[in-house]
Order: sequence, then C-alpha cells, then structure tokens
Amino acid sequence: MIARLTALVTLFALPAWAEVDIQEVTSPGGIDAWLVEESSIPFTALELRFDGGASLDPEGLRGATNLMMGMLEEGSGDMDARAFAEARETLAARFDFEAYGDSVSISASFLSENRDEAVALLRQALTQPTFDEVAVARVKRQVLSGIRSDALDPDEISSTRFYEMAFGDHPYGSDLAGTEESVAAITRADLETARQNALALDRLHVGAVGDITAEELGLLLDELLGDLPASGPALPPRVDFTLPGGTTVVDFEGPQSTALFGHVGIERDDPRYFAAFILMEILGGGGIESRLGFEVREERGLTYGISAFIVPRDLSEMILGRVRSSNETIAEAIEVTRDVWERTATEGVTPEELARTQTYLTGAYPLRFDGNGRIANILAGMQQADLGIDYIATRNANIEAVTLEEVNRVAREILLPDALHFVVVGEPVGLSTTTN
Amino acid sequence: MIRTLSAAAFALAAAPLAAAEAVTNFFLDNGMEVVVIEDTRAPVVVHMVWYKVGSADEPETKSGIAHFTEHLMFKATDTLEDGEFQRIVSENGGNDNAFTSYDYTGYFQRVASDRLGLMMEMESDRMVNLALDEDDIATERGVIIEERNQRTDSSPGALMQEQVRAAQFLNHQYAVPIIGWRHEMETLGLEDANAFYEAHYAPNNAVLVVAGDVTPEEVRTLAEAHYGVIPANPAITERARPAEPPQRAERRLVYRDARVAQPYFTRTYLAPERNRGDQREAAALRLLASVLGGSGATSVFGETLEFEQEIAVYTSAYYMGLSLDETTFGLIGVPAPGTSLEELEAAMDAEIAAFLEKGVDPEQLARIKAQWRASEVYALDDVGGIARRYGAALTSGLTVQDVQDWPGIIQSITGEEIVAAAERLFDRKNAVTGYLMQPVQPEVTQ
Repeated sequence: MIARLTALVTLFALPAWAEVDIQEVTSPGGIDAWLVEESSIPFTALELRFDGGASLDPEGLRGATNLMMGMLEEGSGDMDARAFAEARETLAARFDFEAYGDSVSISASFLSENRDEAVALLRQALTQPTFDEVAVARVKRQVLSGIRSDALDPDEISSTRFYEMAFGDHPYGSDLAGTEESVAAITRADLETARQNALALDRLHVGAVGDITAEELGLLLDELLGDLPASGPALPPRVDFTLPGGTTVVDFEGPQSTALFGHVGIERDDPRYFAAFILMEILGGGGIESRLGFEVREERGLTYGISAFIVPRDLSEMILGRVRSSNETIAEAIEVTRDVWERTATEGVTPEELARTQTYLTGAYPLRFDGNGRIANILAGMQQADLGIDYIATRNANIEAVTLEEVNRVAREILLPDALHFVVVGEPVGLSTTTN
Repeated sequence: MIRTLSAAAFALAAAPLAAAEAVTNFFLDNGMEVVVIEDTRAPVVVHMVWYKVGSADEPETKSGIAHFTEHLMFKATDTLEDGEFQRIVSENGGNDNAFTSYDYTGYFQRVASDRLGLMMEMESDRMVNLALDEDDIATERGVIIEERNQRTDSSPGALMQEQVRAAQFLNHQYAVPIIGWRHEMETLGLEDANAFYEAHYAPNNAVLVVAGDVTPEEVRTLAEAHYGVIPANPAITERARPAEPPQRAERRLVYRDARVAQPYFTRTYLAPERNRGDQREAAALRLLASVLGGSGATSVFGETLEFEQEIAVYTSAYYMGLSLDETTFGLIGVPAPGTSLEELEAAMDAEIAAFLEKGVDPEQLARIKAQWRASEVYALDDVGGIARRYGAALTSGLTVQDVQDWPGIIQSITGEEIVAAAERLFDRKNAVTGYLMQPVQPEVTQ
C-alpha cells in the first residue's frame, strides 16, 4: 500500500533549520564570523576560507599556493614537522589545510579541554611556518608523485585538456598542483610570498560551530589570526569560456572511456540561479531519477553513473558533466546525452518533474545540517558566495517559488546543445575529434 | 603533507571508536536484530538494514552475484514499480544508497524522522517481494560491468590488489573480488539473482539499525509492524565457510601496466580478526598498524623511511579487524625517485626487525591512545558513522557488547602485547608481496 502513502507526502511544514541559530560575531580586533553554539559535544569545529586560492599563483610558479598549504603542518616556530605532528597528536586536534582554485581552506576541530593550546599550535602553523629546505624537498616529492600519477589517470587527463582548451593561460586553464617544472622552480621565498598572498584578512570567511560562546570565539579569532596580513594582491581578471562545441578524443589505453563535457554557465548571483539549480537537478542530478541517469544508466545500462551540474566559479561560469562507458558504447552514451540536452532545452521539463524535484530539494536541505564540521563548512561557504545570513531560512521558499514557465525559459536560455564540448579519454569506437 | 592521488587510493580508514552514545538492542520474534542509537540534535534519522550475506557467501562460478543483487533491489517489487523506491525516498527529501562487502550487504536511507515508518514499509517490502524480470537483468548487468570497468579495470592499483588478494587466500572465498570476476559477471542471470535473493534475504538474516531522533519504543512499534510480520526463513543457518589451511609458502607477484605512473609495493599478511568476546589480539594489531604506519610524521615507517632516509614518498600500515573470518594486515610503500621497490621493501623489513627488537615507544603509544579517546568525542558528531559501526560489527560476527568493549580494550593494550602480536603476525609464509610497475621496455637496437 505504498502508493497510497506517497500521496500523503507534503512539503516540510516545520523547517528543521529553524534550529540552526546563527550568530554574527565580530571580534574585538574586527574579524567577522558566523557562529552556531552547540554545546552537547565538547569540541568546536572551525572553518576558515580565504578567497583567491591557487588563482593567486604568480606566473611561472603554478603550484606555489598548493605547495604552501601543504607545508603549513611541516614545521613552524621552533618545531620541525615531527615535533608539530607530535604536539597536534598529543592535543588530539585535527587540522586540515587545502588549496582550491578559488580559495584556500583551513578546517580545524579541537577539544574544549585543550582549546587554547590547540589554537596556539594552529596559530604557529599559519603565522610562522619555517618552510625548511628538507621539508620542502620532501613535500615536493609528494606533489610530483601526484602530478605524475595524474598524467596517467584518464579522469585527470580529461579535466586537464578540457580546462586548458577552455581557459588557456588563465590560472583556470591549468591544474593547481602545477607541473613538474613549475613545482621544481618554487623557492622558500616564493612559499612565504604565497602565504602572505593567500592568507589575507580582507578575504577571510569564518564559520564556527560547537562548544564555544560568541565572546570566546572573538578572542580566539584575534589570537589565531591577528597577525595575518590585512590585505592581499589583486585577483586575476575574469575569463571567458571560449571552448566551442565539439568533441576532443585523447587516446588512452583501457577498457572504458571517460568524458568530461560542458559549456558556458551562469553566475552564482544570477537571478535565474534557483531555476537553473532545479533544472540541473532534473537533468543531471546524480541518481537514476534524473533524465540523464534514467536514459543512460537505467534504460540502457551504458554507465555506472552520469551527472551534470552548474559550476559558478568566481571568475568564470560553466555547466559541466561526466560520464564513463565502455569504449564500444561511449559514442551511444554521448549521443543520448546530447539528445536529452536538446530535448530538455526545447521542450522543457514536466510539471511532475518540477514538483518532485522541489520536494526533494526542500526536504533534503535540512539533512545537510547534521554535524558541527558540516555546519561550519556551510556557514563559511554561504559567506564566500555572498549569501545573506537569512539564506538558510529563505532558501526553501526560493526553491518553491520557481515556476514551470521559469524553469523552461531558463532551460532554453542556458542549455546549449550545440555548444557542448566532450573531451573523451580512452579508445572510443566511432568518435573522433571535431569542432561544431 | 600533500596527499598524493596514490595515497588517497590507499586510505583504508580504520573505524573510529565507539563512544558513550545511547544504544538499545533487542530482537524481534522472527529473529531480526534491532539496534537503536539516539541522537536528538536534529530531527533526522538514518534507517539501515544489513544482511548477513556478502560476496564470500556466493555460490561457485557466480562471483559478483551478491553485489548484483544489491543493485537489483532497487527494481520493481510486487507493490512498487521499477525505480519507485528511490523516487519515493527523494520525494520525501531523503537520500538512500546501498553497499556490498565480503561479509555483508547494507541498505540505508537518511530522512526526516517522521518518515521512518514509510522507509520501513518499503524496506520490508523489498526484503521479500522483489519481482525481477529479464529486462532488469540485461540493463543492470551492463551497469555493474561499467562499474567494474570504472573501479577496477581502469585502475592498475586496483588490478594489482585484486591479484594480491587472490593469492592471499588459498581456500577462503575472500580471494574473489566483491565486484566479481568479469567472465562470471557476464553470465549472471535472472535465476542466479532470484536464487541468491531467496536464500539470503529474510528477517532472521538481517540487522536493523536506526540512528537519530527516535526512541527505542517508537522503533520497536514500527519494526514489529513492518518487519515483525515477515516469517523467518528456517533454511538460514550460521555461516560456515571454508577455512584457510596452513600457508606454507611466501607468495610474490609483479603486476605490470602501461598506465602505472607511480610504482609501489604492497604486502599483506594473513591475520586474526576481531572475534566475539575475544578482541585483544585484534586490538594489539590495530595499534600496531598505527605505531608502524599510522601517520606520516610520527609513525615508525614515516619517521625512518620518509623523513630520515628520504627513500619513500608514502608509507602505510593498515589492519582490517572487522571481518567474519581471517583477515589481513597490510603494508604499503611508495618509493621516492631513485629508490627501487626492492630497496624500499628491504628497508621496511629492516625497520620491522628493528621495531621487534626495540619495542614500542611509550610516548608514541600514549599519543595514539589519546587520539583514540578524542575520536570517541568527534565520532558523536556523526550519528550515521556510529550506525555503520554497529551494522558492520553485527554482520561480522560481533555483538553490541563487543562494539562497546572495544575502546576500553584498545586503551588497555600494552606495548609488550603489541610486540607479541607483531611477532606472531610477521611470518612471510603467510604473506603476499605485490609490485606494481611499468612494463619492461623493449631494448632499442640501432
């Protein structure tokens, strides 16, 4: 009697996120943060994001920001890498330093019982890294090992080729890890410059969740971050997505071909964003209920997974997707993908698909807020995207307000079947490099 | 440090410790075990059903059928259309998925807690009412073959590890990959799936785990209504699988592939698993893995091979304690440029020998135990993770009591016990060593 029950499904009336009570905190020293107090577990999750990231790499030194972030736990103050690791392990604190294309992030979790010591240790990593010669050489070996592995990884090969063709010499046109040559060229002075450039307070966004009060957080942030530079260098200019529609085949031995595909997209602050977000969930959300999942996987068994999504980066926007299929069937998978793209652009989606997807997206949203670290990430991400502090409370209403007419107009405007470019890595049967 | 691509692929995460979570445990009359974990921080619930059947329970020549059946469980039942299960979960704002291992197959949904009854209604429905047809088989077999292409055949490291495992187990079906051997996957049919489903999917072969904003009373009422009405299958008995004979010869293999960018070596040793009421040896091995290769900067291998000698870019030791039958303890070494696999392997063996001589550094052991204690606090932040820990344990021969005893046992293990466990473990007759390398280059003649 399951069909009967589904008829009873309603929109979530009482939003779970009402309980995500965000406080805006400004430290005595002037650092802004968003905080959710949650004292039931005795630890705090802190998420720091600095805009810019690997886009700030100087010319010829691609990979400097990435290497610098990898070095922060490899020795600072009077500690070498081992002493630092021992100190961190003794406190049982967790630090994670990551470089991304548009930002760097520092994710920390520390126990209430030794919070001050953990913060002092993290402060040392951020403000006094030694970039010791031996440690730099060791981490460079790790980076170079990764670069060499990526060079023989079909997914990485497809990404590298796609972005290179789409963005050329702009930082978006190359992998943030750099090349064997550029990484070899990075000096200790370059790493210190990269640190000053990447960790500037005017590009900082802070999310904190856990066993800490607003006052305690303010003092903590001043102690932790007060010595970082006030501002960083200019970001690179915006860049247009210039890859024309077509297919690029890169020969690579293996049983399966992997394809990265896409075309130009829309900005995060575009008024059509919510409609576009819903549209892409219908078209290419990961599951078998999406149009691409249904047609390519569920109906034809051509792939283990296919998805497509909007990628609004800070300096350019894309709509991207990925599909993998046997060399013998990748051409069919791509043909079906193009057909579904075309049909969705011209005919739009159905009222049932829209209603179902709105229900899913609004219902699934509160499920994201299920842990201190995850909520801290969301808070920092919201600030990065310049969303208001009321975004969480209004987001589902914004999703529900999107009409069928709006989604279908946006589908016509942003889905460009002729502009789709597929970079296919493998030994695909029946495909060759073409440009529309 | 920078985690290289290869390092990420090795990340065989050890399950974090059980903590002071509120756990209730009971059985339904038909033999289905139930575990309830309360966490009221958010009005969300994780609903999981774990079956005590995995790839190591497959009939001969049918490798992959356990995982194939997992995929097919999302097809039509007598009351649900093809794909309707996932559609209803989505329409209720939930997420769902499933997974297959050597010893268990699990299905789960995360939804608002007021939808728990609906999830149970659907999950209990597909426990007994699956209605497969030939079309399902043909398309979904294509999907699992693409999954094998993606996960295994496109990855030289995965192919090598498949060979190592096949060589490790001489008699036990752990030798066979979960995804299946391709030539057997290609022949799996409707009768195979139905036979496997009917033999293993029943309440007395399942564990229900519900975690989140629920009370044990609510769960009991719903579970009795949905699962309790399904009769037990009397043909299901305790699993008894072929045991390993004494292993008398070290095995070594080289897997060459043109797609190898970063050569490395791995070695696995046959090792005892966590057993009901008997987990000390396993706890010592778990700590041994941390001591030898748990952290780049402070473990034995990291300190000596990465930091002092600079001959490795990555090293690791890992131990898979959760297993119904005998398991493995593994070593991994990724050499720095200029170091051969033979040299790194010899250096790692020398470090193991030195460790057995010197014993465990008490400060290192204290730090490792402090991190275990803290991990119990951090683990409380992820109720889904706690639910997985119970589900995996209860389908791997352990009890709720064993899960709850484990953190205390870990804290009580001494350095001497770790060394003694290491001495029993490190016997090369029980080991397989695999090298992952580029093909031999043909000699160029002028």
